[in-house]
Amino acid sequence: MSSVVRKRSQIGVEAKQSRFSAVFKEMRAYKMCYLFIAPYAILFVVFTVVPVVMAILLSFTYFNMLQPPQWVGMHNYIRLFLEDEVFLIAVKNTLIYAAITGPVSYLLCFVTAWLINELKPKVRAVLTLLFYAPSISGNAYVIWRVIFSGDTYGIVNGFLLYYGWINAPIQWLLDPDWIMPIVILVVLWMSLGTGFLVFVAGLQGLDPRLYEAGAIDGVRNRWQELWYLTLPQMRPYLMFGAIMTITSSFTVAGEISNLVGFPSTDYAAHTIVQHLQDYGTIRFDMGYASAIAVILFFMMVVSQRVVQKLLNKVGE
Amino acid sequence: MASRFSIRKTRLSRSTGGDIVIILFLLIGGAFMVIPMILIISNAFKPLNELFLFPPRLIVRNPTTKNFHDLMVMMAQSWVPFGRYLLNSLIIVTLGTLGNVFFGSLAAYVISVRRVPGTKTFMSIVVLSLMFTSEVTRIPNYVTIAFLGWIDSLRSIIIPRWSAPLGLYLVSRFIEGMIDRSLIEAAEIDGAGDFRIYWQIVMPNIKPAWLTMIILSFQELWRTQGGHYIYSEQLKTLPYALNQLAAQGGVARQGVQAAVTLIMMIVPIIVFLINQSKIVDTMGHSGMAN
Repeated sequence: MSSVVRKRSQIGVEAKQSRFSAVFKEMRAYKMCYLFIAPYAILFVVFTVVPVVMAILLSFTYFNMLQPPQWVGMHNYIRLFLEDEVFLIAVKNTLIYAAITGPVSYLLCFVTAWLINELKPKVRAVLTLLFYAPSISGNAYVIWRVIFSGDTYGIVNGFLLYYGWINAPIQWLLDPDWIMPIVILVVLWMSLGTGFLVFVAGLQGLDPRLYEAGAIDGVRNRWQELWYLTLPQMRPYLMFGAIMTITSSFTVAGEISNLVGFPSTDYAAHTIVQHLQDYGTIRFDMGYASAIAVILFFMMVVSQRVVQKLLNKVGE
Repeated sequence: MASRFSIRKTRLSRSTGGDIVIILFLLIGGAFMVIPMILIISNAFKPLNELFLFPPRLIVRNPTTKNFHDLMVMMAQSWVPFGRYLLNSLIIVTLGTLGNVFFGSLAAYVISVRRVPGTKTFMSIVVLSLMFTSEVTRIPNYVTIAFLGWIDSLRSIIIPRWSAPLGLYLVSRFIEGMIDRSLIEAAEIDGAGDFRIYWQIVMPNIKPAWLTMIILSFQELWRTQGGHYIYSEQLKTLPYALNQLAAQGGVARQGVQAAVTLIMMIVPIIVFLINQSKIVDTMGHSGMAN
């Protein structure tokens, strides 16, 4: 198993060395390849790279979308950390969300996909749909508003009242003590998304011959099989899943606004992206909103680097 | 029990205890996932009095299609015919998804199969871009799209979509995971050109990648409301129109809202089922037959 991996990396190294010596010659040989990548690259630069660079530049300006941007240097960043208490609440909340929903949903994605993979194809297809369904429709999660509705028609309140466990309906979505746990519950409910699908597809594409060889080599139980055979082969997908989880757990926003209102009671569920939306689409302070985006970006990049370090240890 | 579970011929020892834990996990997890979905389906068929019943019921008692009928009546009264909204949605979803998968996989081929110099850096930029919040890039994008003259045209949604970072990243991961280098080398020795290797060797072997990509792209575009670049009513999409109907009217429209939620959900689920069954198919041929 490891020999396959080693062989592949050797080829990579050799190719890199030969490449280095004849870059120009090869560039001509790769003419067709540049043609292949051109449409994607051009569109990507125009619609993603340029706007992102402009947003980063805007973060150093005051820009109200009517007058031309005014250069203010680091002022937006200073304001964020020294003058904006709500931003600090948002950072704290976002970190809590990310720290809880990130690892939990990542593990859920992988473990569920791994367990489903052992089942027969038909059962597997049904279960994949069942676990993936919550993220299929964009706003299916608003059903949780019915479940946790603050009046007696809410499913949870109705149930608790009917059996006499409480004697007045609980304001689940307005009570600062309940807002955060409920949002986390809902986020976890819809967390088996892109990463999960990729894990399911990736697991099904693993080479079964390796498992036969593993059984002969003395892999005894499913945990050893997972650690020594499955995870190393899944490496390309593991990082993909991690990035999907990081981006979704750091940018929870729409779900919160739709469930507990915008802003939530006492900013109990306020996140960085909600704060950004507040300044970007309500107060029209685009420079400030851009600064928030830049900080969020760095937070995600740092956590991605950490996760990458951890994932490199997998299967060793 | 273990034997009922196994799909591969050569099995490692599977403890019964482990199997029970797994079944319990899947059952509890499945229930948590499925109960709200049952509620969505059930609510769509509930008459208004059952929607506001105490104690509330999970399953509908007297199912009715009145909610859907009400929705149809409202749709018929619409100023822009509903077929038009549906057509807009279909154009966006089809062209957007096709372009996303095609251009994304072409680029992924160059980066992950050919490993052309410089493209690795390009790839890491694409991955980084996934982590930048798109809300603040809206204004620069508006300027660009206005400059190109795509304001108030479906192109403003479809064409930027073709370079969505996810398409390239996902396909390149599957190339890393599923393509055997020796296959590519053999094809090169046989004198196959780049397009032939891409189309006849890489793409068929990473079928799960683009089937998954179609699912993801479809469901995201399907819920597009028209973005910030389209203001003509006759260019708006189906989710926009349906949400407009459901949003007005408050309590009296709760039933209609439930019906809209169900309709919006069913189409991506069908696409998902078709694609997912094909993923299982490919694996049946290439994997388990060995």
